[in-house]
Amino acid sequence: MTYIKPRFRHPELPRNKIGYAKADYEGAISTLCAGCGHDSISAGIVQACYELSIEPHRLAKLSGIGCSSKTPTYFLSNSHGFNAVHGRMPSIATGACLANRELIYLGVSGDGDSASIGMGQFVHAIRRNVNMVYIVMNNGCYGLTKGQHSATADAGAQSKTGSTNPFPSIDLVGLALELGATFVGRSFSGDKKQLVPLIKAAMSHPGFALLDVISPCVTFNNQPQSTKSYDYVRAHLEATATIDFVPHREEITVSYQPGHSASVELHDGSVIQLHKLAPHWDPTDRNSAVTRLLESKMKGEVLTGLLYIDPESQGLHELEQTVEQPLNTLKEEDLNPGAEVLEEINNSFR
Amino acid sequence: MEQLNAVNDFVVRFANVNGTGSASANNMFAKAIFRMGIPVTPKNIFPSNIQGLPTWYEVRISEKGYLGRREGVDLMVCINPQSMAEDVASVKPGGYFLYDSTKKLHPQFIREDIHYIGLPMTDMVMHHYSEPRQRQLFKNVVYVGALSALLDIEFGVLESIIRDQFKKKEKLIAPNIKALELGLHYIQEHYEYPLGIRLERRDKVNDSILIDGNTACALGAIYGGATVAAWYPITPSTSVVSAFGKYVSRLRIDPESGRRKFAIVQAEDELAAMGVVIGATWNGARAFTATSGPGVSLMSEFLGLAYFAEIPAVLINVQRGGPSTGMPTRTQQPDILSSAYASHGDTKHILLFPSTPAECFEMTATALDLADRLQTPVIVMSDLDLGMNEHLSPPLKWDDGRRYDRGKVLSAEELEKLEKFGRYLDVDGDGICFRTIPGTHPTKGSFFTRGTSKDEYARYTENGEAYVRNMDRLARKWETAKLKVPPPELYQNENRHRYGMIFFGTTTYAALEAMDLLREKGIELDAMRLASFPFSETVRQFIEQHEKVFVIEQNRDAQMRSLLINELEIAPRQLISVLNYDGKPIPADTIEQQIARTFNSETTKDDVHKAQVPAS
Ligand SMILES: Cc1ncc(C[n+]2csc(CCOP(=O)(O)OP(=O)(O)O)c2C)c(N)n1
Ligand code: SF4
Ligand SMILES: [Mg+2]
Repeated sequence: MTYIKPRFRHPELPRNKIGYAKADYEGAISTLCAGCGHDSISAGIVQACYELSIEPHRLAKLSGIGCSSKTPTYFLSNSHGFNAVHGRMPSIATGACLANRELIYLGVSGDGDSASIGMGQFVHAIRRNVNMVYIVMNNGCYGLTKGQHSATADAGAQSKTGSTNPFPSIDLVGLALELGATFVGRSFSGDKKQLVPLIKAAMSHPGFALLDVISPCVTFNNQPQSTKSYDYVRAHLEATATIDFVPHREEITVSYQPGHSASVELHDGSVIQLHKLAPHWDPTDRNSAVTRLLESKMKGEVLTGLLYIDPESQGLHELEQTVEQPLNTLKEEDLNPGAEVLEEINNSFR
Repeated sequence: MEQLNAVNDFVVRFANVNGTGSASANNMFAKAIFRMGIPVTPKNIFPSNIQGLPTWYEVRISEKGYLGRREGVDLMVCINPQSMAEDVASVKPGGYFLYDSTKKLHPQFIREDIHYIGLPMTDMVMHHYSEPRQRQLFKNVVYVGALSALLDIEFGVLESIIRDQFKKKEKLIAPNIKALELGLHYIQEHYEYPLGIRLERRDKVNDSILIDGNTACALGAIYGGATVAAWYPITPSTSVVSAFGKYVSRLRIDPESGRRKFAIVQAEDELAAMGVVIGATWNGARAFTATSGPGVSLMSEFLGLAYFAEIPAVLINVQRGGPSTGMPTRTQQPDILSSAYASHGDTKHILLFPSTPAECFEMTATALDLADRLQTPVIVMSDLDLGMNEHLSPPLKWDDGRRYDRGKVLSAEELEKLEKFGRYLDVDGDGICFRTIPGTHPTKGSFFTRGTSKDEYARYTENGEAYVRNMDRLARKWETAKLKVPPPELYQNENRHRYGMIFFGTTTYAALEAMDLLREKGIELDAMRLASFPFSETVRQFIEQHEKVFVIEQNRDAQMRSLLINELEIAPRQLISVLNYDGKPIPADTIEQQIARTFNSETTKDDVHKAQVPAS
């Protein structure tokens, strides 16, 4: 069931630049288990959209099937949503994106949804650089079907029922880097300070922005032996850098010591500021990202933060050379060549 | 020896090797006859292979305008030694066999009852052309030149076709005409010509065009306003999207920016292709995909989603021989049930059955309207024969006054006036609800599209009553669909006979010819051509007004018969199957024989509902 949240608004609630309160970005009350990482990510999405002053109806939220894929009901109730079938959200998002280039597309998926049944679609959405933010709420298990190991579960991970996963895990971040993804980040549902600016940066990126967010499943995969548990992730968390996102036309107020910070300017003038940089790592250098990721893996760390961004990224519409006007607004006059042209075509078949 | 004699009524078959460029020479042959005003039906019979295997091209010439396939070959043009034994055997007694006489014909290929015409094609091209590729290509043109003498094809017509074909490569015109002349002169010098079978100019094609169904579907999608095409390559549907691509890159480029008013996605598989279509239509664009049986199987889950979440989608199903990979380059109508009921749960889909390229065009454009109007998938049921072969067809027609029917979509202004929007609220009783497109209004009209059960306000619910209300409304929408889909075609003003026949799609050509053949035998029937599913009242009435009805189709399991029985609660014994499923288009004689045989036994015994004569 969907429960509608009572909307009590205090007149003095803080509002963003377009006059919306944070509550305007919320959704129905979550029916996920108390403490589920997914809910924290929903809260991060609400916060990011509020801070970015996004008009909710200019964003479309899409998901597959799973506990994670249910979350779009729990944020942005003024946005259109699409709960597709299991693992197939990327193709729906691709079609939606082609139909209207002016909306922001936010896809939410799970590790089962993306790394198993939907792996093909996930990979090809990256390859096409579909203009969208793609958040994987990664808990190393199938929450909704009661805790089976997923393809992102680490080798040796034990499920709550005691079975040990014998297979190596698929690292979606490593895979995305390998595939040529133009924006790759990882975060942790428990680290809102990092997650919110990452989502904001992802939303400003022209192209496919992957955020692999470790999101513990408190019911089926939060035992200490699990590498996707709160305790394990907290103990092994390592970040490439801390991140600030400065939207277009906002003044950059903090400055950091040279050599320890970097800033990446996005096409729309927004700036991603990174500081306390990990050594030998440059966010715009894919090789250094891959190396950094491997190093962390060897050390058993969970590397988070922005890993790679291509500031020159060209999204699907650039690659497809579609007109500026959204395809879904074209009318008969734009689309139909008319009877006279058809007669010429007929003649070519005589 | 007996000799076949006929004017404008015979079958010529070409035996070629695929990948040798014979297709364009063969097309030139068919087009020349068409331009002489004589009805003609060419068919490609080809393997699932790129180079080196036998392919045939069969051309039926029929002054009476019969466009179905006919059994028996009057003239065999044999370019492929690989299939020679089979090719010699297929010629009717008294028929003709044109072969490459560069090498002497092996005695095993000599029949006493057919006429041999030797043309030393290899020798001729070796002598006149130096490049190997040219030799191969012009060999094909040489035999067309020979046929122009043998069959009385007007040479000027052949020349005009070459000139049109090479308008942009003028250098090629002269050598092609030279190759034609080589063949022509050889026959003129060595044989008596024309043969007993020959052509005479007529005025029987009027304003018709010679076009394949896939190109017509593609043009229908363009005229119907599709902006997104998503697909995964599969024979025989591939050329729908390639033709779409060819025409949009001419007709849909913004002149100022040079940018595209369309997007074509070659998806990673058919699941994704259908997903892209659904995503685009959900977001307010018109979109389509084209596939064949294996693709429909993969698309099933998404088709169910589109049905239940009520999202428009157009799918062009160019059917081929199944099951599984089946006979990928042979024709059948084997996906009727799998398309009508694609996906689990109580799901059904609208099907349209074009039978000519003109209808491929019209029905694809109509499918885009119907999908929007009824907010559901619409499947255009073409087949390999219709899609990949050229057919004599009425010209494609578009009325410039025609507007797209985008169905019930609320604008920002309408939403503004609305107190409460319910996505699945049936406000006017036709089962179709108003939808909204993402991004329309800041605070009104947003909802969650889902494949799970929901209430009238698109809220997830497992409440049994809400679920039943929704399912019943979908059934009501299905009733509305019956009034919106194209009606069946009746071939008589009023039913007069005890027996009727039902056919659809490419079966139509042969069925109409069979009706004439049966009439000559004193067997008269009423006839109806199905154009769509769900079946309208007219279909029920036609069946009810006849004692028995023959259902003619191209699959083993009599799928259309099953669909009629299932949907209209017809007594099974009332419907008698006439079937052909060997992968070749159904010929008129097969239909005529099966009906005549049943008809005759019918007069002696009553129980004939199982009388199914195997295909000839
Ligand atoms: C075709 C299909 N197969 C299986 C299922 C059952 N199913 C629902 S959710 C799910 C796994 C979800 O796992 P994940 O994507 O990791 O989401 P989580 O619940 O862990 O957030 C499965 C297998 C389905 N809905 N559809
Ligand atoms: S089962 Fe796990 S993933 Fe699903 S809601 Fe509960 S905690 Fe979250
Ligand atoms: Mg999971």
